[in-house]
Amino acid sequence: MSRMSARSAQKAAMVCIWGAGAITVLTVLSIIGYVLVRGLPHIGWSFLTTLPKGGLSGEGGISSAIVCTFYLIAFTMVILVPLGIGAAVYLAEYAPNTMLTRLIRYGVETLAGVPSIVFGLFGFALFVTALHFGFSILAGALTLVCLLLPTLIRTSEEALRAVPRSHREAALALGATQWQTIWRVTLPAAIPGIVTGVILCMGRAVGETACLFVTMGGSAAMPTSLLSGGRTLSLALFNLAMDTNAIEKAMAVGVVLIITIVIINAITNWLSQRFRARMAGGA
Amino acid sequence: MEAKIETRQLSFYYGKRQALTNVSLKVPSNQITAFIGPSGCGKSTFLRVLNRMNETIPGARLEGEVLLDGQNIYNPGVDVVEVRKKVGMVFQQPNPFPKSIFENVAFGPRVLGMSHSVSLNEVVERSLRAAALWDEVKDSLGKSGLALSGGQQQRLCIARALATGPEVLLMDEPCSALDPQSTLRIEELMDELKERYSIVIVTHNLQQAGRVSDWTGFLLLGELVEYGKTSELFSRPRDKRTEDYITGRFG
Repeated sequence: MSRMSARSAQKAAMVCIWGAGAITVLTVLSIIGYVLVRGLPHIGWSFLTTLPKGGLSGEGGISSAIVCTFYLIAFTMVILVPLGIGAAVYLAEYAPNTMLTRLIRYGVETLAGVPSIVFGLFGFALFVTALHFGFSILAGALTLVCLLLPTLIRTSEEALRAVPRSHREAALALGATQWQTIWRVTLPAAIPGIVTGVILCMGRAVGETACLFVTMGGSAAMPTSLLSGGRTLSLALFNLAMDTNAIEKAMAVGVVLIITIVIINAITNWLSQRFRARMAGGA
Repeated sequence: MEAKIETRQLSFYYGKRQALTNVSLKVPSNQITAFIGPSGCGKSTFLRVLNRMNETIPGARLEGEVLLDGQNIYNPGVDVVEVRKKVGMVFQQPNPFPKSIFENVAFGPRVLGMSHSVSLNEVVERSLRAAALWDEVKDSLGKSGLALSGGQQQRLCIARALATGPEVLLMDEPCSALDPQSTLRIEELMDELKERYSIVIVTHNLQQAGRVSDWTGFLLLGELVEYGKTSELFSRPRDKRTEDYITGRFG
């Protein structure tokens, strides 16, 4: 290839790469911008704090959906995080490389790719029907745990494996037991990666619709316990957009969802940075 | 000669591959013993046998005995934590934890159950002094250990190893990642440390073995070819292979 054509290939590549970047940014900005422009004017204190009244015109607010989403996410995370990290520690630190563990890992990877409605169906059959939880936050949360476990296990296991072997050896050589090594060295070093996985899971939990529709029912009432049914923000959005004429309100819920995700990401990032600074001695 | 460590008919296998064959020798106390040999000769394996670090590798198997103060550290009743408390280790790459300088040194005492902050402060200061790092870091103990230079990091790792109160210090090519200036400081430090510790060092660098050690062992393909006083081994090697290696004919 001559010098000139190498140079024009370089130019063409740059144009393509810049183009791809620009289109991506534009797409994201225009979606968020569109939702914000149409939704923001309809968000007010009363919209956030009144119960939905239903009907074709979509009267009322989304207070129950906000409370329901909060309960659902909190309860899901309380079960998901220790279980997911525990399984990841087992797979990364303890599990021998046998047929069985290869099978577990293969299963985890396969489950991560199964559509969420299949998990919803499973949750409906097991939690709603067989275990008699009914349409409830409990059934929804447990279904979400099943749905999200593979993702959290995989990201956490990768974060743990990325911790240099030399850290583990140093700790063991100082007389630390395997558990002390994991608890004091490996896990702290892997926290940023694990936090990324947790954020990913929270985002998916906030956005999940189909599998929650079949496990939580979608009642508009304010939840009173884990056994109450309910609708999350995403379900409320679906309901407003499909069953009412209040498309502007659906947009407003979209804005609330976007802001929720931004806040969740900011808080978790802040927590993990503070933790990292403390571990590193503030350098 | 008072033996701190003695190996008897020591053989070691990684799965089917034999890494050490019938190594029998005595490591004297309060001296520096160096092991030299070409890559893959088993010298690092030998070092890691002495604090049972090779146990963590699946499929690893050991035959023979390793005596520390006359007691076999591979006896079923022996607690591996006790062994590693007595036998500290410094690795090839400086590997401070991503924690503060203080927490790096305090790590060993903490996992061994020390929590009293006054005595912890004392241990950290004493260890950093012993590793000739105290004057450089005494005002920045809260800074990250990773913020130090390579040579300082390695001395931090030495301080960390000293903090558990070991009797033996194993050093696996401790200077291979360092510049000549830092290497010199570590070598001077080793000379100071041997008053209180028995040091075993593995090195790729023949000059270093000649400079710092009192005893030298030459390993080849997992066998101990020759072992003796450093001055004698380097000036009058008894084995042809030793002579070929130290005169640079291979390796």
